Amino acid sequence: MSSEEFVPLSLTPLLIGTFAAVACALPGNFLVLRKQALIGDAISHVVLPGIVVAFLLTGAISTWPMMLGAAGAAIVAVVLIEAIRRLGQIEPGAAMGVVFTTMFAAGVLLLEQTDTSTVHLDVEHALYGNLESLIWLDATGWSSLWDLEALAGLPSELSRIALTLIGVILFTWLFWRPLKISTFDEGFARTIGIRTGALGMALVITAAIAAVAAFDAVGSIIVIAMFICPPAAARMMTNRLETQIICSVVFAITSAVAGYVLAGYGPLWLGGADAVSAAGMIATISGLILALTAMFGPCRARVGVQNSS
Amino acid sequence: MLDLVADQGAKVAAQGLVASPLAIRGLTVSYGQKPAVFSVDMTVQPGAMTAIIGPNGAGKSTLLKAALGIVSPLSGQVSVFGRPLEKQRARIAYVPQRASVDWDFPTRVIDVILMGLSRELGLLRRVRARHVSYAKECLKRVGMQDFADRQIGQLSGGQQQRVFLARALAQDADLYLLDEPFAGVDAATEKAIIEVLKSLKEAGKTVVVVHHDLATVTDYFDHVFLINTRKVAEGTVAEAFTAETLQSAYGGRLATAQIDQISRALG
Amino acid sequence: MLWDALSLQLGYNATLVAIGATLLGVSAGVTGTFLFLRKRALVSDAISHATLPGVCLAFMVLVALGGDGRNLPGLLAGSAISAWVGLLCMNWLTRHTRLAEDAAIGAVLSVFFGFGIVLLTVIQTMGVGRQAGLEGFLLGSTAGMLWADALIIAIGGAATLLLVVLIRRPMTMVAFDPDYAAARGLPVHRIDLAMMGLVMAVTVVGLKIVGLILIVALLIIPPVTARFWSERSDRVVLLAGLAGGLAGYVGAAFSASAPNLPTGPIIVLVSFVFFALSLFFAPVRGVLAAVLRHLQFQQRVHIRQGLLALAQDQKIYEPLTLRLLRRAGLVRADGVATDPGKARAAKALRDEKRWEVVRSDQAHEATAALYDGLRDIDTVLTQDQIAEIDRRIGGPQEVPS
Repeated sequence: MSSEEFVPLSLTPLLIGTFAAVACALPGNFLVLRKQALIGDAISHVVLPGIVVAFLLTGAISTWPMMLGAAGAAIVAVVLIEAIRRLGQIEPGAAMGVVFTTMFAAGVLLLEQTDTSTVHLDVEHALYGNLESLIWLDATGWSSLWDLEALAGLPSELSRIALTLIGVILFTWLFWRPLKISTFDEGFARTIGIRTGALGMALVITAAIAAVAAFDAVGSIIVIAMFICPPAAARMMTNRLETQIICSVVFAITSAVAGYVLAGYGPLWLGGADAVSAAGMIATISGLILALTAMFGPCRARVGVQNSS
Repeated sequence: MLDLVADQGAKVAAQGLVASPLAIRGLTVSYGQKPAVFSVDMTVQPGAMTAIIGPNGAGKSTLLKAALGIVSPLSGQVSVFGRPLEKQRARIAYVPQRASVDWDFPTRVIDVILMGLSRELGLLRRVRARHVSYAKECLKRVGMQDFADRQIGQLSGGQQQRVFLARALAQDADLYLLDEPFAGVDAATEKAIIEVLKSLKEAGKTVVVVHHDLATVTDYFDHVFLINTRKVAEGTVAEAFTAETLQSAYGGRLATAQIDQISRALG
Repeated sequence: MLWDALSLQLGYNATLVAIGATLLGVSAGVTGTFLFLRKRALVSDAISHATLPGVCLAFMVLVALGGDGRNLPGLLAGSAISAWVGLLCMNWLTRHTRLAEDAAIGAVLSVFFGFGIVLLTVIQTMGVGRQAGLEGFLLGSTAGMLWADALIIAIGGAATLLLVVLIRRPMTMVAFDPDYAAARGLPVHRIDLAMMGLVMAVTVVGLKIVGLILIVALLIIPPVTARFWSERSDRVVLLAGLAGGLAGYVGAAFSASAPNLPTGPIIVLVSFVFFALSLFFAPVRGVLAAVLRHLQFQQRVHIRQGLLALAQDQKIYEPLTLRLLRRAGLVRADGVATDPGKARAAKALRDEKRWEVVRSDQAHEATAALYDGLRDIDTVLTQDQIAEIDRRIGGPQEVPS
């Protein structure tokens, strides 16, 4: 493939997919260790009602209100889950199940009640996005990277997900120590004055922001996959948190690149005519990586059989 | 001039009274509708080794956790060296019960010790060689210097307990609170831990231990605090650790023979 | 209009859907209860998402064999197979690797669903042009439901219910205490798998009506709702079946009563309404009852503590304690005890002394266990016993009160 084709058609989807995968995998490491992996699942389901409400309020498909709506819905969901868990003394999994299915149902209902035939807003799009369409038509080749006029035509999803990724990296870097300590030993974290409740909330909000920005570009299914699969696969590779984070980033990038390439060209190699869903393929590849590490990873087995005191 | 000195002396003495390392007033903690700890007052003596003892479910661990702000009380106040807990975090080190952490967590022994330095390291300061060598020194004090690079889940129960003690040492606190440090550990570990605790006491630190083995109380501690939901007795071992107070704390749950044995040991 | 729907007078299709939804609601509520009691509610999320690749593969096979790709039994069989594979993957991950169950659930649901979407796009490019029916499985589609479809749902739902009834005892035991069940010789792992198999059956049956994303709601919300109303597991199961069936019936009727009210989401929202009402207003476990109880309890603790402090001439530090005592007329505004306050304080202290005796006396062991710092001693001991204790305490307490 020549650079005249690659840069306009594949470079931006590849970058967006990769940034989204890494932005989700980083907080995913802590969510998996805190046994809150399904928070990502819950968040990605409630993005739909958030976006529909934003559309109803503004009457148009515009990015920022929708992102705000989605982020708002994610925060509402997290607060509701916590409230139902505490008030009703219900285990977190069930509380989560109650909240996200209800909010998703409300989103579907609102969508059906609204006339959205003129705009591109439907459940399928919310689920698996449209990574393939995020092309850079103004580019003519690698030289366009220095061409300000062409750069102005970059899909806006790219800058949003890049900003989000920078934000996520900053958060992880800044709060690395408290995150690590409070994930490992919450009681100890409190005795040295770490506000564990606020920190946990901040982590979930960071994850929600990453999910919403990624969702905008690649749909929600890939979001759940990237929250969980790369960190889970990285768990099988190492017993050190630092190494685990690096592994998860590598796995996330591999899934995004390999998934995109396979979705675009795999069917051609097999004699088919059209590409398949890139988001679905990225999730599938991340699952394959997890399967391989679960079978052969050096640290796949549980250590530290619980000592009863 | 002489008056001034005397006046200052009186002030210091007064402060000594007020500024107990750990003073608890009217503390009630309840899980649901049954108080685990009811209206308890406690004044820990500075520089002493105090055991908190009482039957199972008597609120020993709860008392400690409430003192540390890990559980929130229904009523009551806690002061640490005469000031509110929040302002004195740096002066307290806590060793939790082993069951409370995730042993499968991807971290090495040395990383756990470095967690004890997190106040000094803050959010972003880099871990330097002197921090690592200090952490190793703390490991050495509990006899675990050879295990620095192990994943924590690979250690035995006693070794894990020593690692947590080493983390508390790294915090270089003035008040050490330990929750059942001797539960389920081997004899070598128990000996190692008690040596470290005694050395802390010699260095003028205050140590409070939730303890369950009545047979070792007189050997290990100089003060006791007996609790069974309410405070039963508090004072030096000679004052407060008697057949009568034990009977009162343990009621029917302690065999008479056991009490006899202990009171004989006490003379 | 709604009344017509509720009394099944809105025509053939609406009636079929209402009956199907009711049956589905009952079997989902009943089955989901065991999952919920086992604290594995979200396993249903993995199972339901894992049906998608099976549906797609079944469609492709049916088309390749020259049949109609929308043959419901064929598609359901395919969904059951892939859900089962997903379930086995999840079990394997939790048993043989260090992953916790939540991560295994998330991994299976996202990867299977992602793969299903890949297959959906493959079907779109196959050019058969009839994939529209498949997307209905995401959110359910009850329009044009056939008699045969309803029959399949009815038979599937009934068979699931029957199986639940048969193995409810071992499932309850495993949910309550798996270690004990294992010690009793129950094959815990196999019972777990059977439980999951039933959940899978409900999911597959529900694909047509509520779709794979929302079936999770029917498996989780009714059991959680029922839990507020009973402490007995058999009653929770029945109540969950009732809540689920009612939600299915009311939801289906409501959705038939007006256009643009999709059946699946309406059923979910109706069952959420039941849940929300239970969360707040259930008599014992409800929020309202719990808040009232907590406030009352806190007041009792503070007043008792205050009285004991008064009796021992200690200073009261807590402003709340002082406020409560003043409101009860036990202390004056300056913190000094009133006469009734003094009397109550003396009684509290004497009770406390009596309790001390009770708790250090082996003969009173059962009574001593009732001690919570608040209970009046005359509610647990007879007058004679109290008199005996007072004799042992000696001193001024002997003065007859």
